[in-house]
Amino acid sequence: MIVPLSHVLGFAAALFLMGLACTLARRNLIMILIGIEIMLNAAGLAFIGAAAFWRQVDGQIFVIFLMAMTSAEVAISLAMVVYLRRQKTSLEADAYDGMKG
Amino acid sequence: MATALFYILALTALAATGMCITRRNPVHAVLYLVNAFFALALLFYLLGAPLVAAWEVIIYTGAIMVLFLFIIMMLELAPDQPVQGAGWRRWGPVVLLSGVLLSCTLLLLGLDSSGADGLPHFYASPRTFGYALFKEYPLAVEIVSFQLLFAAVGAYYVGRVDSRKQRPETEREDA
Repeated sequence: MIVPLSHVLGFAAALFLMGLACTLARRNLIMILIGIEIMLNAAGLAFIGAAAFWRQVDGQIFVIFLMAMTSAEVAISLAMVVYLRRQKTSLEADAYDGMKG
Repeated sequence: MATALFYILALTALAATGMCITRRNPVHAVLYLVNAFFALALLFYLLGAPLVAAWEVIIYTGAIMVLFLFIIMMLELAPDQPVQGAGWRRWGPVVLLSGVLLSCTLLLLGLDSSGADGLPHFYASPRTFGYALFKEYPLAVEIVSFQLLFAAVGAYYVGRVDSRKQRPETEREDA
């Protein structure tokens, strides 16, 4: 292990918080998706750091499953972005408030 | 050496992510995110996961981020007014980040892979990785492949153009 595990985890936590801030604060659907990507990558970094700490390959294997999950999620959500753009001609999240009371 | 590289790359990834989440133009955000993913790929390599590092570059930056760029261009989401400010303000950050990443990559090439100063002793080669993946998690691999198939079918279903709804509009335009 080239650095302490706590430094890797702190770095992953900082990345995760940045992605969370992007997801919560931005109103553009594309930027919300980018925030989710950042959060998933931070989780993957935590997996890789733990795999290096315990010298087990399982953490890296779960990053591969994480990547497959991300590809599926991005395919569906970008298709939904195209669909919503056709419906409302806007990608601001506030345009999709049709279900409020 | 590897420890110093780790902290430099971590700072680069944090800076690129910070630039990414504050951009107004989604194209700029995606380009900064590609920088952050390259830094993360080098970090994965430093932590003994070369195969995951390669997939980070191939899948995340090569496939997913390019898909984002295609959608942004297809929907014309980027603002069309020209960017304000001097040239170094526009190009400086991304050139700086890319330069740091390039020099880190060149430094990594020079690292001794067996010495005490070089790469970590834990290093999952693709062979180890593949044996562990297909011997211990065959069911999970099958489930993931089904998930990708369902995602492709679902994306096609959501993104299809309904011919019954579209036809009257085009006829109206013609008339």
